[in-house]
Amino acid sequence: MLVNPVKRVYLALESWFNLSFGTEWNPLYHLGTLSFFLFWVILVTGIYLFIPFHGSLAGAHASVEYITHEQWYAAGVMRSLHRYASDAVVITVLLHMFKEFASSRYFGFRWFSWVTGVPNLWTIVTLGITGYWLVWDELAQYVAVGSAQLMDAIPLLSGAMTRNFVAGEMTDRFFILIEFLHLLGQPLALAFFLWLHVKRLSDVKINPPRGLAIGTLVALTALSLAKPALSHAPADLSTVPQVIQLDWFYLNIYPLLDIWTGGQVWILVLAITWIITLMPWLPPRKDGPKAVVDLEHCNGCELCFDDCPFDAISVQARTDGRKFEKEVIVDPALCAACGICAGSCPSSNPFRSRKEELKTGIDMPQLPVDKMRSQTDEAIASLEGDIKILIYGCNHGLNVNRLDSSDTKGVRLICSGMLPPTLVEYALKNGADGVLVTGCRHNDCFYRFGNRWVKQRFAGERKPILRGRADRDRIRVHGGAEPDKNRIEKDLNTFRADLLKKKQAEALAENSAEQDEASQEGGR
Amino acid sequence: MSCLSEGVNNKFVRYLLQAFNYTIFMGLVWYFATSPAVRVIEDDEAMITVAFGHAGETRAECRKLSQEELLKLPPNMRKPEDCPRERSPIIIEAMLDGEIIYSETRLPPGIFNDGGVNIYFNSKIPAGKHSFKIKMDDSVRKQGFNHTLEQEINIDPAHILLVEFDPLSGFILK
Repeated sequence: MLVNPVKRVYLALESWFNLSFGTEWNPLYHLGTLSFFLFWVILVTGIYLFIPFHGSLAGAHASVEYITHEQWYAAGVMRSLHRYASDAVVITVLLHMFKEFASSRYFGFRWFSWVTGVPNLWTIVTLGITGYWLVWDELAQYVAVGSAQLMDAIPLLSGAMTRNFVAGEMTDRFFILIEFLHLLGQPLALAFFLWLHVKRLSDVKINPPRGLAIGTLVALTALSLAKPALSHAPADLSTVPQVIQLDWFYLNIYPLLDIWTGGQVWILVLAITWIITLMPWLPPRKDGPKAVVDLEHCNGCELCFDDCPFDAISVQARTDGRKFEKEVIVDPALCAACGICAGSCPSSNPFRSRKEELKTGIDMPQLPVDKMRSQTDEAIASLEGDIKILIYGCNHGLNVNRLDSSDTKGVRLICSGMLPPTLVEYALKNGADGVLVTGCRHNDCFYRFGNRWVKQRFAGERKPILRGRADRDRIRVHGGAEPDKNRIEKDLNTFRADLLKKKQAEALAENSAEQDEASQEGGR
Repeated sequence: MSCLSEGVNNKFVRYLLQAFNYTIFMGLVWYFATSPAVRVIEDDEAMITVAFGHAGETRAECRKLSQEELLKLPPNMRKPEDCPRERSPIIIEAMLDGEIIYSETRLPPGIFNDGGVNIYFNSKIPAGKHSFKIKMDDSVRKQGFNHTLEQEINIDPAHILLVEFDPLSGFILK
């Protein structure tokens, strides 16, 4: 199957990180939480730096020099951590955007998270820009003059800001305004936009795995000690700084002012902003039909409410007069149409009503649980050979039909999380020798929690659990994307061989038991 | 049940690979935090900055109202003179060693075209001695440029020659 080149690049990067970090620590699976962690580093070091910092035109540079050189072992390291963590966050945020784009996680129901990421991007960049002002060195001067030129290019403003940055005009009041913005205004705005960004998600994590956090902090500290952040010469508005060591993570648009007008730079920046903002609708795409609740079969157990990764399900008092206390409702605007709720519903039990249509408490119109059961029956009926393997796979990982053979058949699901554990039990009981479940790569579920819930349900850690009577040796859970086909195929062959051995051993044991029984009967 | 996982199983190799990744990450952070450097101005260059705010003269002079005209107005609005609000555009031109380095016409902003304009312009020039001339026309009622300054300048490398304007004393070089 053809995978688009951008996704292929992303998957290659993901594979590399999986190799070195494993799926639990893979930084690409924790870019959001890693960014949060870097914000914490920036916040803590920023508070520490604020104590010796002198917030005035005359004192700012000298106080930063004191921080950098006189207290290099403490405040100097803190300054470097503050700066390098700020730079690192740009990398993690850009990678986060790239990942969501490459894996098509930015349109449909995800438009809200994507669009609210844009003001976060703006706030982070402008927060970095005001941070550079506060050192009040030549770089700050360069940034201040450039920023003022940009502000003056906005038609509705008076156009007088640049004149603040000619010799003798700059005042402490203006400097303190920037300081206020950097220390309070912008961080509060960022906190608000971050909250908005994750508002449509449930069970939001803000801390990365401890090992990843420690590794990142150690790396940042090592960089801070090896290459401490330094200032330029103090700002002097009567001269032009000749050479600037520019921070390209934050200040990349300023050199453009040398060749373009402020208005042209604005056009470029706003065009990029608008293109990013409108991407979810370029072109417009629809999610599948949303989950539907059937109160006839819902007892208000709330398992779907607990499992929904996008907060689309809420619980309310029963409205149909039945004896149950609660019922669930689905908000179609928030529903991702992933089907995880159908997999969590205890009514999605294929052993129920075998002669008639299987109805469940919450179901997906495009792939109802009844259809999953009939597809299971059909797949098993089509299998031939000594070992019959059924594979349940999600639509966003490896296309399991690529593994089809005479003794192996794939059943495709919207998400592996929509597989009721009882359906695995059903398949094993009705002719399958083994069941392989594949989802997206571990910790990288397209619908956030699908493959995690599968693992937990099968391990008996999350309801609905895979019951004890299901033979665990006949079940395998895998995660893999399209490029992982060879690896999955290899594991499938091992699984097939294991199942054959097990079957032969069982047959042998059965034979010897029969022989024992026969000899016992003969002895009598 | 078996769950297959990915990654290098040897802990030492795994940590070594992680260290490699962190080194790449920090290398990127360090490099782009300061590099490549930007040269704002050459060693032998200086800068001229023209920066001031100024409102042009009104386009027409105030006109004294006749007694009849005043009587037509409500009592609280009987000002003896009618002064049009619209201002003249600002035409400004700067020359260095006889060559025009800046020329701009700025229309007065505002709904009634009665606002002042903010002039900001800078240009890199070779450091050293030059003949500098700046002129401005801020009145449609007067012919040609009504404010002019012409001066020999000597500017050090990387320094800024600031040109300001004061309505009373005209152009000032700082």
